Amino acid sequence: MTKQDILKPENLVYQKTKLLTKNVMHYCPGCSHGVIHKLIAEVIDEMGIQNETIGVAPVGCAVFAYNYIDIDWQQAAHGRAPAVATAIKRLLPEKYVFTYQGDGDLAAIGTAETIHACNRGDNIAIFFINNGIYGMTGGQMAPTTLEGMKTVTTPSGRNHEMNGYPLKISDMLALIDGTCYVTRQSVDKLPAVMKAKKAIRKAFENCQLKKGTSVVEFVSTCNTGWGMSPHKANLWMQENMTARYPLGDIKNI
Amino acid sequence: MEEIKLMKGNEAIAHAAIRCGTDGYFGYPITPQSEVMETLMDEAPWNTTGMVVLQAESEVAAINMVYGGAACGKKVMTSSSSPGMSLKQEGVSYIAGAELPCLLVNVMRGGPGLGTIQPSQADYFQTVKGGGHGDYRLITLAPSTVQEMADFVDLGFELAFRYNNPAMILADGIVGQMMEKVVLPPFKPRRTNDEVRKQCPWGTMGKTDDRERNIITSLALEADVMEATNNRLQAKYRIIEEKEVLFEEQNCEDADYVFVAFGSAARLCGNAMDALREQGFKVGLLRPITLWPFPTKRIAELAQKAKGFMSVELSAGQMVEDVRLAVNGKVPVTFHGRMGGNIPSAEEIIEKFKENFNLK
Ligand SMILES: Cc1ncc(C[n+]2csc(CCOP(=O)(O)OP(=O)(O)O)c2C)c(N)n1
Ligand code: SF4
Ligand SMILES: [Mg+2]
Repeated sequence: MTKQDILKPENLVYQKTKLLTKNVMHYCPGCSHGVIHKLIAEVIDEMGIQNETIGVAPVGCAVFAYNYIDIDWQQAAHGRAPAVATAIKRLLPEKYVFTYQGDGDLAAIGTAETIHACNRGDNIAIFFINNGIYGMTGGQMAPTTLEGMKTVTTPSGRNHEMNGYPLKISDMLALIDGTCYVTRQSVDKLPAVMKAKKAIRKAFENCQLKKGTSVVEFVSTCNTGWGMSPHKANLWMQENMTARYPLGDIKNI
Repeated sequence: MEEIKLMKGNEAIAHAAIRCGTDGYFGYPITPQSEVMETLMDEAPWNTTGMVVLQAESEVAAINMVYGGAACGKKVMTSSSSPGMSLKQEGVSYIAGAELPCLLVNVMRGGPGLGTIQPSQADYFQTVKGGGHGDYRLITLAPSTVQEMADFVDLGFELAFRYNNPAMILADGIVGQMMEKVVLPPFKPRRTNDEVRKQCPWGTMGKTDDRERNIITSLALEADVMEATNNRLQAKYRIIEEKEVLFEEQNCEDADYVFVAFGSAARLCGNAMDALREQGFKVGLLRPITLWPFPTKRIAELAQKAKGFMSVELSAGQMVEDVRLAVNGKVPVTFHGRMGGNIPSAEEIIEKFKENFNLK
């Protein structure tokens, strides 16, 4: 056997995720968005539901998610993805429908749409990227920004007297009767990535079980917005973000 | 056999929606249009045609549900009244920008602000001049009878799907609330998913192996790409302006003076015109049925012979600006309007007419 024979793609252990397109990602190196995209693409591929899945992209750094995962996509107005997804799922009940939203999108401007999609128990999956900041618009405070955390709109750190408290919206969503699965994951280490992937799969599977809405929060990093190296951002996330947003299932029925 | 029924304009919209094969309705209650969703809920079309009817948590959610459904190629609609329509404008702009077909209904009430639940036509500017952000146009139909409320549902969808553009039924509260005889349109089955895919190959109904993924978006960060999108939209709008103008005219051929009015104001002007003719004044009436595209050409033609125009509106004077643009200074263009939910009587219109044109 020659070296060339061994080097055939099928013999290589690691391959490019099939459903990720060839487009060069616009995400900053080290950003959590890229990893989460890859996991979602892998799950869709492994479940064999590429042609059955419709994604709803947010306004935020992930607005271009539709450039990267090879499925049908809609791009929703800021915060409105759950309403958009509700209609798609109601009109095409046999399809898998998911939203992909940042913390500003889901927990600030889109709070009403999020809560009411969950309250209707719409059979969709909501993937919620909580990086504690508005990445896309240049690092302003998000509803999830930690107390004391500096952003361009909280230059001396978030102060609850002025800005309120970091919103634990997943805990709120878990209280709603319409949700069947609410979990908090991260993608900072390999074991966490494996767990996060399982959660994504479960959320997709729930879409066809008519059990209600599934929410997977990813406690994430925005190394650019946080002004840190990717490695430092991960360490900071582990130390600070997960203290306020503890990882694990909040609701699983 | 024709089915003649007696019903409110809002109810006619609901029945027509079911009958013309609408796939989904998404709305939020507001007077004076709540009967649209109430009638739909009462009819429960999900049991018969399979139509989805959903009460959303807000107008913002409702219009974004319309976006989601329209982006699948489905026939979807929403209805509201003025304050609710204001709330929907961001979504309407996205729908226009993404070139999606859908039907919007605004049963106008008096504003600004919370205003009044009484009828008005003061959302003309909002509807035909933009409303939301960016350079876009809504195909706008203005019914003046309950029959037209019913007929314009199918017509609105037809136009929306022909041009992949939102269409609006802009009704005033009177047309929404009044009861009249109506012949409901015949039943048309909802399209099957295969038919939807065929009619709307751009729709996001799930990828198929024989095509690339479909993406519905209104986003293009590069100026050249966004300008090209705008140029495409503008070219489409020019075609619509060329081909889709609808209006109705009475006694315009020999008219010295022409009333221009839409919706229920046109009915009032019709009465005023009849009385004025009896008094020996050669008065005609031009009723735009499409407010955009506007019957600019026809008004310009009439301006060659007429001595004057008078726009009558339930507003401070909005459409009159388009009449002036069409007449282009040839002859005087005058106006009479009432606001806040008040309606001018035929006598009042006659008096203002004589005053405006110095006639005895
Ligand atoms: C109606 C509206 N308001 C504001 C904006 C500007 N805007 C774009 S993205 C964004 C925040 C996004 O933050 P987040 O949802 O946390 O996503 P991230 O970029 O952090 O992933 C804002 C405020 C907009 N596009 N539309
Ligand atoms: S700004 Fe932040 S969230 Fe956006 S791509 Fe860069 S690191 Fe990721
Ligand atoms: Mg964010």
